[in-house]
Amino acid sequence: MASKGNLGSALQTHRQQILSNWQQQLGASSSSAKGRISAKDLAKQAADFLDVLLKATGSQQIGDITSSGWEEVRAFLDNLSRSRVLAGFSSDETATFIFSMKRPVFESLRAEFSGDADKFAAESWAATELLDKLGLHTVKAFQTSREEVINRQQTELLELSTPVVKLWDGILALPMIGTLDSARTQIVMESLLQKIVETESQIAIIDITGVPTVDTLVAQHLLKTVTALRLMGADCIISGVRPQIAQTIVHLGVDLQGVTTKANLADALALALKRTGVSFTKH
Amino acid sequence: MGEFLLVTIQIDMHDQLALQLQDDLTRAIEKKGAKGVLIDISALEMVDSFIGRMIADISGMARILDAKTVLVGMQPAVAITLVELGLSLPGVATALNVERGMVLLRKALDDGSRDD
Repeated sequence: MASKGNLGSALQTHRQQILSNWQQQLGASSSSAKGRISAKDLAKQAADFLDVLLKATGSQQIGDITSSGWEEVRAFLDNLSRSRVLAGFSSDETATFIFSMKRPVFESLRAEFSGDADKFAAESWAATELLDKLGLHTVKAFQTSREEVINRQQTELLELSTPVVKLWDGILALPMIGTLDSARTQIVMESLLQKIVETESQIAIIDITGVPTVDTLVAQHLLKTVTALRLMGADCIISGVRPQIAQTIVHLGVDLQGVTTKANLADALALALKRTGVSFTKH
Repeated sequence: MGEFLLVTIQIDMHDQLALQLQDDLTRAIEKKGAKGVLIDISALEMVDSFIGRMIADISGMARILDAKTVLVGMQPAVAITLVELGLSLPGVATALNVERGMVLLRKALDDGSRDD
């Protein structure tokens, strides 16, 4: 069982050597070679981390990195992982930051305990355990940050992909791209209905050219939107029905409840204009 | 051609009040010979299945008394709620606001008188 004095004190004694060896390793690694982070920044990060680490190993029990004494170390690694995620690094590249410290640490332990094989073995094991735990923590923080980015992008995508456009006085169009799930339907309904109130439109054309498949669930969502529109006194036309979708709808026995459907947006617009009493003449 | 009746619902209705409304409305339709009823719910921010059923009932009663009902002014949130509740209020005509509702009623009554 490692007593906290020995690994910590060895690290402290050989601090400079460990740091320069480690910085050398990092400089030679693929991360800086790809140019996404400068060797200087990397070296500074290493120096900062070593300071924080020595503070923790000097005063705390090395075995448990989840304890409060290791909070500064954990916070450092969390920030490191987050910045690596945003810079586009992979999880193993990020963990290499910690693991490339192993060799320098072992070298210094060997120098410190050269006469005492048992001591060397015990402290080496403590060092390995510690660095493994820190490495794993880094990877976990990386994953969490990645998930945050993905969630944020999903929300943005959801908002961007359901624009409501005004085609003519009283006629709105909603071009749908991508599949329609319940979350999307909610957003679609809210923005479309709000726009109807704002523009006092009578007709909404929902174009599903960009919807890959229409199964019973998607059809249900579409019909919900149509019903909500009806309740507010607006008419709905569904356009962009592709041949495959027409077949699917009939095969599934979906009841479109009298909603007018058109093969393309042009036909739908012509119909909408007719319904609102607008006509064009060609000269 | 008879008059139109305008009903504005502004408060949350409970059973007693709803029954009262139905009673008052049907009597008014008969007394004034009204051919159209506009129910304005633009002040309602929340609608539950009870109100939904009440509106459907009023519409049915009016139809029997040879009057058309148009529901106007539904707020988007209310429309979504009704749809989620599975209440699509079939057979109830709807319009965005009172003006549109009147246009709808006039048109329906003109079409109706042409059939006679």
